[in-house]
Amino acid sequence: MECQECHERPATLHFTQVINGKKTEIRVCEVCAKEKGYVNYPEEGYSLHNLLTGLFNFDTTKMESPAFQQVKDLQCPQCGMTFSQFKEAGKFGCATCYDTFSDRLDPILRRVHAGNTKHSGKIPKRAGDDLQMKRRLQSFKEQLQQLIEKEAFEEAAEVRDKIKALEARLRDLEAGDNS
Amino acid sequence: MTLEHFMNNAISPWMREEGPDSDIVLSSRIRLARNIADIPYPLFAEDEKLAEVQSLFQQEYANKSFQEYSDFQFILVRDLSSVEKRVLVEKHLISPHLTKHTNESAAMISGNEQVSIMINEEDHLRIQLYFPGLQLRHALEKAFVIDDWLEEKVNYAFDETKGYLTTCPTNVGTGMRASVMMHLPALVLTRQINRMMPAINQLGLVVRGIYGEGSEALGNIFQISNQITLGKSEEDIVEDLESVVNQLIEHERNARDVIMKESPIALEDRIYRSYGVLAYSRVIESKEASNCISNVRLGIDLGIIKDTSRNILNELMVLIQPGFLQHYAKKTLTPLERDVLRASLIRERLQLEK
Ligand SMILES: [Zn+2]
Ligand SMILES: [Zn+2]
Repeated sequence: MECQECHERPATLHFTQVINGKKTEIRVCEVCAKEKGYVNYPEEGYSLHNLLTGLFNFDTTKMESPAFQQVKDLQCPQCGMTFSQFKEAGKFGCATCYDTFSDRLDPILRRVHAGNTKHSGKIPKRAGDDLQMKRRLQSFKEQLQQLIEKEAFEEAAEVRDKIKALEARLRDLEAGDNS
Repeated sequence: MTLEHFMNNAISPWMREEGPDSDIVLSSRIRLARNIADIPYPLFAEDEKLAEVQSLFQQEYANKSFQEYSDFQFILVRDLSSVEKRVLVEKHLISPHLTKHTNESAAMISGNEQVSIMINEEDHLRIQLYFPGLQLRHALEKAFVIDDWLEEKVNYAFDETKGYLTTCPTNVGTGMRASVMMHLPALVLTRQINRMMPAINQLGLVVRGIYGEGSEALGNIFQISNQITLGKSEEDIVEDLESVVNQLIEHERNARDVIMKESPIALEDRIYRSYGVLAYSRVIESKEASNCISNVRLGIDLGIIKDTSRNILNELMVLIQPGFLQHYAKKTLTPLERDVLRASLIRERLQLEK
């Protein structure tokens, strides 16, 4: 298959670009991909940087609305990056940027990751233990509340014991971190 | 283990082992992108901060061994000559990006060159593991072990819903890029590869040539990798990639069978002509060399050429790259000088097989 831009070289890169819900197939050679800004080569062939920065401009009507102005002026308290800088670079400045720009991220992530916005893979070991315990603690507490409302005191007592045990383990874990 | 060791061999020690389906799959790679929670990301951080990151890993991990990975060599990129940088890139031990952001960037490479951990690349950490043949699941398991080992000393930037928080939104979630390097000469010869690419792309995978500039897939070597990092688990991503790779393997084997059946003499002729060019030419450009090397490797896989090791493909593809040639010559070469040295190194290498 030949490149759709130069019609000379074989198309070695294939993308599906989704703009305003319309799917377009892009078949280009790496020279044209680079020239036309489909990829950021050779930094990393599949970083799709420019394709991505293109994606930020999908909704121009919103940009003039006051709501967007507010978002645009958002600035990361940790690294100082503004939303417009992020838009320009297509890269985050630090972990806190994700929180700072969180309201605007899901549409972008959805476009880049085939509709997905939620992680379902590995959890860091260290943060993970902590996180999983906190999640379980929260669900036990909700359970306890329901059982008390139902006046199921025997079962509530069991759940309360579980909560106490979990809280003790969490305290140990945090103490361990500080040592 | 020194830098010299990484520089002097075109072939990495791990490549000498034979992996599953290694007649078609040259290598499997897992790359994990990780960042440290409280430090700005490398593209935007001050050098001071990056120096902290770099020296932390130097102190904690330089010259350490971990499980079967011995003797992690800590390399500061700013200490490398331009030829050294180029050779490490040609061996895929570091990325081109790392060589362009040299202030506080570094790499830790295991003695067998199977694990390479880049520091202050686009992300604070880029962990790469290579395995011979098709071994993505195994590579993933081992990558997780290395990941946990590094996590002992730092707090990763992680969010419950967004996963590992990377510099580029294209990596967020798992931060994982799984890829497989495949030699697909019969699919190229029968022009099937171009028909398959869009279908592969539909599955959220990217296919590209890895040697050669621009559009060429020199040596008929293709890299297939996942594009999506968010929403699917690492295991699922690897499984999806592996199933596509298995289909490609089957198609490539079928195409090889068909060519063998339908035009055995033409194929044999092509393979031996290529062998002749490699064995006797005095001047050879990298494009022609790559083509011939691919044909010879196909000849080895089909049992037409005997007593020559399969590794010759991996090895020669690195050996004929400009950086490696200049390292070998110990000076800058004109294009003609390169082509002459390339021809002579290939001849020498083939002689060794006799
Ligand atoms: Zn083109
Ligand atoms: Zn930030």
